[in-house]
Amino acid sequence: MNSEKHIVSAFDRDLEAVQALVMKMGGLVEAAMLDAAQALDTRDEELAARVRQDDKAIDALEEQIQQECARLIALRGPTASDLRTVLSVMRIAANLERCGDYAKNLAKRSVVLSQMSPIDGAAGSIRRMARSVVILLKDALDAYIARDARMAADVRLRDHEVDQMYNALFREFLTHMLEDARNITACMHLHFIAKNIERVGDHATAIAEQVIYLVEGRMPEDERPKESGISALSAASIRQE
Amino acid sequence: MNDMRIAERTVSTNTAKITARGVQVYYGENHALKDVDIDILSGTVTAFIGPSGCGKSTFLRCLNRMNDTVASARVLGEIKLDGEDIYDKRVDPVTLRARVGMVFQKPNPFPKSIYDNVAYGPKIHGLTRNKTELDEVVETSLRKAALWNEVKDRLTAPGTGLSGGQQQRLCIARAIATSPEVLLMDEPCSALDPIATAQVEELIDELRSQFSVVIVTHSMQQAARVSQRTAFFHLGNLVEYGETGQIFTNPRDPRTESYITGRIG
Repeated sequence: MNSEKHIVSAFDRDLEAVQALVMKMGGLVEAAMLDAAQALDTRDEELAARVRQDDKAIDALEEQIQQECARLIALRGPTASDLRTVLSVMRIAANLERCGDYAKNLAKRSVVLSQMSPIDGAAGSIRRMARSVVILLKDALDAYIARDARMAADVRLRDHEVDQMYNALFREFLTHMLEDARNITACMHLHFIAKNIERVGDHATAIAEQVIYLVEGRMPEDERPKESGISALSAASIRQE
Repeated sequence: MNDMRIAERTVSTNTAKITARGVQVYYGENHALKDVDIDILSGTVTAFIGPSGCGKSTFLRCLNRMNDTVASARVLGEIKLDGEDIYDKRVDPVTLRARVGMVFQKPNPFPKSIYDNVAYGPKIHGLTRNKTELDEVVETSLRKAALWNEVKDRLTAPGTGLSGGQQQRLCIARAIATSPEVLLMDEPCSALDPIATAQVEELIDELRSQFSVVIVTHSMQQAARVSQRTAFFHLGNLVEYGETGQIFTNPRDPRTESYITGRIG
């Protein structure tokens, strides 16, 4: 990565401005995720409503970032690492926007869930999972700002932990549903929440991959460890027989 | 814009038209070009980029021995055109320049008619047998240079009366009239407006099917638009040479990166 300044300093200002917007967006998404999980855990409908409302700001930032990037491409003709910066900014903004949607969805479901009798330990587990995924997201964005490909590679590997948390929750919810059919509605909502948080982890991984692309000029080719819920599901169905 | 850009990247299968090995150029004491090795491919547009005084024009002028005309210039090393050493004593530089044509920064038509400007090369090299053949060469050259339709009704008018863009295309027509194998262009668009530039760039792309084109340009966007290969020169060294898309998205050398992104190198 080239840390030297451009001869045309306005180019540097434009690039820095658009990256600052991404960081601002990242901060909002992290907060939304944590707040939504807290709203679920504490049955705080007011907080949930605020998370849903605040997603508009995240969407607006994404729109602004895409416009700024289009402007930058049109007016400055970025090349090499500058071009990769702009391209990665556009992709990261799209990833973050999606994460914001998941937080909003979590908030929505938390309102529905607050009307139902709680599932033992579920909200706490979801909150822990949300915290883990927010750390992952934060690390991915820190790696981006530091242009740290090794840190990004580490984020890619750690997404595995979130996947495992999801699989564990998945089994737990299945058990609850098998035990008592009245748990099914709540558990289905909780399952969607867990799945969405797991998806946020995937977006954090995608951001980490953009960091690697930005630094090294190519996407990482090696496979990262993956574990889908499919194996957990088949394990559960065997148990059922 | 041509939508076959991705296919155009596969130029690596093209054979080397010009091979240069260990080329050094001195202007008196000044070591202008240091140990340049490069293969210029056939059917390919190759762009030379780099800051002023980096040696790119010097190297371009080595390729058709234009440096012979500079008294203080000394050229060392080996440059081969189709495997033949162009600095061999038996090579006639005038014949060489018919095979390796050149277009300069400023359009420089002869103070003659449009027709005579184009007919000049084929005439002195005796490439045509009669007037009909010469007429044909003039017409095809002007057509290839995308100028025919604009001048066909006034071939006897002076070439200097054309617009700047037209004059430059006339010079290109003149350069390709001798059916060269390689066309060297030294900043061919720097004196042209954007429309004339676009016409010349379109022309360069068409010429590629018949010639190797080597273009020196200060406009990196132009290098990116017209070339399939890009060579970056800096302080007399050939720093990096590669596929144009790679050079502009992911250059390997930090000096190339600094230059093309507009940073202080």
